[in-house]
Amino acid sequence: MHLEFKVEGGDFSNAGSASSQIKRVLKQLNIDPSVIKRVVVALYEAEVNIVAHAYRGRIDAYISSSGIVLKLEDEGPGIPDVGKAMTKGFSTASKEVREMGFGAGMGLPNISDNSDVFTIDTIVGKGTSLNIEIKFR
Amino acid sequence: MKISEICSLIDGVVVIGDSRLDDEVEYAFASDLMSDVLTVKIQNFILLTGLCNIQSVRTAEMSDVPYMIVCRNKQVTPDMLEIAEESNIVIICTQYSLFRCAGVLYTNGLKPVY
Repeated sequence: MHLEFKVEGGDFSNAGSASSQIKRVLKQLNIDPSVIKRVVVALYEAEVNIVAHAYRGRIDAYISSSGIVLKLEDEGPGIPDVGKAMTKGFSTASKEVREMGFGAGMGLPNISDNSDVFTIDTIVGKGTSLNIEIKFR
Repeated sequence: MKISEICSLIDGVVVIGDSRLDDEVEYAFASDLMSDVLTVKIQNFILLTGLCNIQSVRTAEMSDVPYMIVCRNKQVTPDMLEIAEESNIVIICTQYSLFRCAGVLYTNGLKPVY
């Protein structure tokens, strides 16, 4: 099954709607609730990152009997130092993003903690692509 | 602790989910940082927060948090209520501060997640 969503940068009122829809689909498929939680926490953090940092992006979710692959691609500023961005507590979020309860510097570490496979490809000035894979054990 | 008992202790008003006053909850977590909430591994805890916007309810939805307390008399918006209803989340509002809520509920037996 393939699901795709568009995400607009700065649109906080809809941030999380893709994650919410994917959560609903996984529930319908009777996936273990603890696995669903890992998927949606990782995806929600990644979705909020697009809203918070990029101009626009897209999410592709590929669901099979063995697991889910999430590909998130954005057009945005990119990440100049991925190592730093992966450090718990480091954040470049704006005041607006912090007011929404994010920007604690936990986003990428949270994604990594909840994923079986997590890779980041980023080009400064162009954008960032995330690949997140979670197995349904 | 029953939701009704929590409401009595913090002078709280249930703004959505008042049919679940007899539900029981054992653990609580207090934060205004939603990424922090997303790190909590257990389910079925009550979230105490001063953050009253659509993302606080979204975070509760993503974290499978069935109950939340919004502190300091903040106004829950219609879009927050909509998500709470869809996701079966009980929202309680109180004029108490986050610190006071946490103190009262901890003293009366709600357990910390960490």
